[in-house]
Amino acid sequence: MHVSAVIVGAGPGGLAMSHHLTGIGVDHVVLERDQVASSWRRERWDSLRLLTPNWMTRLPGYGYHGGDPNGFMTATETVEFLDRYRHTFDPPVRTGVTVRSVVRTADGFEVRADEGCWRCDAVVVATGASSRPRVPALATDLPRDVDQLTALAYRRPTQLTGDGRVLVVGASASGVQIADELRRAGREVTLAVGEHVRLPRSYRGCDIYWWLDRIGQLDERFDEVDDIGRARRHASVQLVGNDDRRDLDLNALQDAGVQVVGRFMALRGTTAQCSGSLANMVKNADLKQARLLRRIDEFVDEKGLSDQVGPVTDASPTRLGRPTTELDLRGFSTVIWATGYQPDLGWLPADAIDRRGRVIHDGGVAAVPGLYLLGQPFLRRRRSNLIAGMGVDAQDLGDHLRSHLDQRSRERLVR
Amino acid sequence: MTQTESPIIDNGVNIDALRGARQALTDAPEAAQFQWRATCEWVRGTHSRSTITDFSGLGAQHAHRQAFSIDADHPEVFASEDHGATPPEIVLAALASCMTAGIATVATNRGVQLRSVTATVEADMDLQGILGIDGDVRNGFSAINVTYQIDADASRADLEAIVAQSQKRSAVFDIVTNPTTVHVGLA
Repeated sequence: MHVSAVIVGAGPGGLAMSHHLTGIGVDHVVLERDQVASSWRRERWDSLRLLTPNWMTRLPGYGYHGGDPNGFMTATETVEFLDRYRHTFDPPVRTGVTVRSVVRTADGFEVRADEGCWRCDAVVVATGASSRPRVPALATDLPRDVDQLTALAYRRPTQLTGDGRVLVVGASASGVQIADELRRAGREVTLAVGEHVRLPRSYRGCDIYWWLDRIGQLDERFDEVDDIGRARRHASVQLVGNDDRRDLDLNALQDAGVQVVGRFMALRGTTAQCSGSLANMVKNADLKQARLLRRIDEFVDEKGLSDQVGPVTDASPTRLGRPTTELDLRGFSTVIWATGYQPDLGWLPADAIDRRGRVIHDGGVAAVPGLYLLGQPFLRRRRSNLIAGMGVDAQDLGDHLRSHLDQRSRERLVR
Repeated sequence: MTQTESPIIDNGVNIDALRGARQALTDAPEAAQFQWRATCEWVRGTHSRSTITDFSGLGAQHAHRQAFSIDADHPEVFASEDHGATPPEIVLAALASCMTAGIATVATNRGVQLRSVTATVEADMDLQGILGIDGDVRNGFSAINVTYQIDADASRADLEAIVAQSQKRSAVFDIVTNPTTVHVGLA
């Protein structure tokens, strides 16, 4: 079979790209291993909600129009949203097709799946940023009687067997949410904290994402920031999307009784050695949060909005006692690795990947001509990994893809 | 002395060379593999003298401009002759030196002119550890406190950020705060 473009993955990114390619008349197919939005169906814990408010949940040609614009969608509601989106334009999705490899040919690409083979001029990788958990190597040396789980496999507190303490490793959105949920379910919880990003749920009476959107922070481009490599590796924000709009920073967790320690660095026998750098990590996060809030204040002053929003407040510094640097794991029954995710890209052509397993690309345009990447952290803008970022990225990259196809046609004519 | 229109932030740091090195080592990670070396010779009692002459990196061997030596000993209250700082004090000096170098570099990179930077380091130790009196007490420091006094053209928030960043990029801060596997054997 020949099509101009193959989109791999029918999540928000793949559907947004399909919508745009449909609009600009590029024939394509969307290959999906399971059903539309499969990772949203199968790879999220029960209580998970989007970090962004409903009004932001918007894809090209379709947005949230329910009665709770300031609420946060559950994973199930996100699936329903994507299903409804799909029915608005009927994209050419082939479900149950697992792509095994993409091979470069003299004339473009061959996308190989068990269910068929597609020849094409362009491939869009929209399989998501969180296909596989990142787990540090020392996990293999943990005591055998300690259960291990990744954030990707975590579903609910009752899933955990044993009644000892739980060590949650990682203090990004996943880690703080899981630690909080387990603590509320009555478990004794220790959270190992490395570099993290602290944010309040609301500031001056408005949701933090409303501010990030308004001040233009989410639209900062990949070619404008100082060190895009570092920006892409940032941990996700310490936030939860809840109706009570509470903060979920280290102060809130410690108030709830969660023990906070430094980054889990090494194992010596049954002792986990935690970094003594926690005070600096916390200070850095406090400083960065303060800088962002000041930026919001400046925006308010500039636009003369101060009568319409709440007063300036200073976040209280993160409290730290004298955190221990050693944990005796014999008191723990479960370790949950919330140490990040990575995309699964081993099926791409070898020359598309660098030695660290990442696609070589410039804002989603891969070094291999005709190959595109979508839905990765800070791919083209700070919003790139949000559902609210898929539309604008799909438009940019879809237009680039279209010009690539035009150039291929011209080359074929000359030959 | 001539007046320049805008002050040149230098701080004695060659920031362009550092930026160039970062780019070069990003492109050639094998050149980033360094080895640091020291030899240490026992003098007498608790007195020893370490000598530092050479290291490798950037794919070559390098010699310091001259050999440096550091004497270490224990003080008279430990019935020693106090020919040098104690090894833990040398660690504190190394920590402060490393972060202070970082502060100069980060400040220059951020366009901040420094006038003075002073670190005061205090570290608590319970001697019951090294004397083997209480097995629950560790040999090393129970905590280290570093306080910086900085006179510079920058706000307090900017200086806090510079100090925080210098910890993030400090070798000795990492060496002190995180475990390292150490092998010790006979030649």
